[in-house]
Amino acid sequence: MPDPIRIRALAKDGGTDLHVLMPHPMETGFRKDEAGAFVAAHYITDVDISVAGRTVLKATLSRAVSEDPLLFFRIKGGRPDDPVRVSWVDSWGERRVDETVISAAT
Amino acid sequence: MMSGSSVPRADIRPTQPVRTAQPADFAARRQALRVCGRVLIGAALLPALRLRAETAPAIVSATKSAFGAGSLAEVLRLLDAHPIPSDDILLNVPDFVENGAMVPVEITSRLPGAQEIFIISEANPFPLVARFAVPEDTDAFVSTRIKVASSCNVHALVHSGGRFLSVVKATTVTVGGCGA
Repeated sequence: MPDPIRIRALAKDGGTDLHVLMPHPMETGFRKDEAGAFVAAHYITDVDISVAGRTVLKATLSRAVSEDPLLFFRIKGGRPDDPVRVSWVDSWGERRVDETVISAAT
Repeated sequence: MMSGSSVPRADIRPTQPVRTAQPADFAARRQALRVCGRVLIGAALLPALRLRAETAPAIVSATKSAFGAGSLAEVLRLLDAHPIPSDDILLNVPDFVENGAMVPVEITSRLPGAQEIFIISEANPFPLVARFAVPEDTDAFVSTRIKVASSCNVHALVHSGGRFLSVVKATTVTVGGCGA
């Protein structure tokens, strides 16, 4: 099982900043291991992010997104304690879903 | 005398002249094998395709196929995009990067009603890097990190109100991102 998604959601200035880090090897299939054999392609293809049940970003990724994909974006609205849910599916059909809540800016 | 000699020679002769393989036969065999191969490959891919369809029903198939395109022109053709250069899209990519495996990319669109944002790296084996569907309440802004195969143009493509607008920026990479 891959490591948990790290989500930071911070309400500020009437909006919410979302930082999402998804630990994943994001293997392109072009890389060779020490023995010179190609490492099989394995990468996140789809990411769904919702706040309080409403989709706020849908991302389709390719193998060309860096290892441990990082997404940073902003939404309008969002209140402290609103649930944030991030789910991904990779090219092998593996999935990961994690949740957090929006925190108030200090 | 050997008994075999009594057998008429005509009986052991082939009734039909022996037909040696003609070039046309090899061509037909090659064709048949090729068709078989395609069918087998297709059959092998079928479960994978079905899985993809189940996992991402909302993603438009045209976008999916654009991810498999091998050139910028092919990506744009599959997206049916004829991008117009725009000053209302800000693309932030470093001019020089040492490591092509981790290139920060930041896109901000000031266009009204941006629905989709695409990142394209021209020199990559598969140039379409990522697509972001942006609902109304989400700012048309996204920041991420991508792999860039070699020094090339990075494109930010924004789909807004049925039009595609884009901005291009060249980036110089010291070590390509393909080995990562």
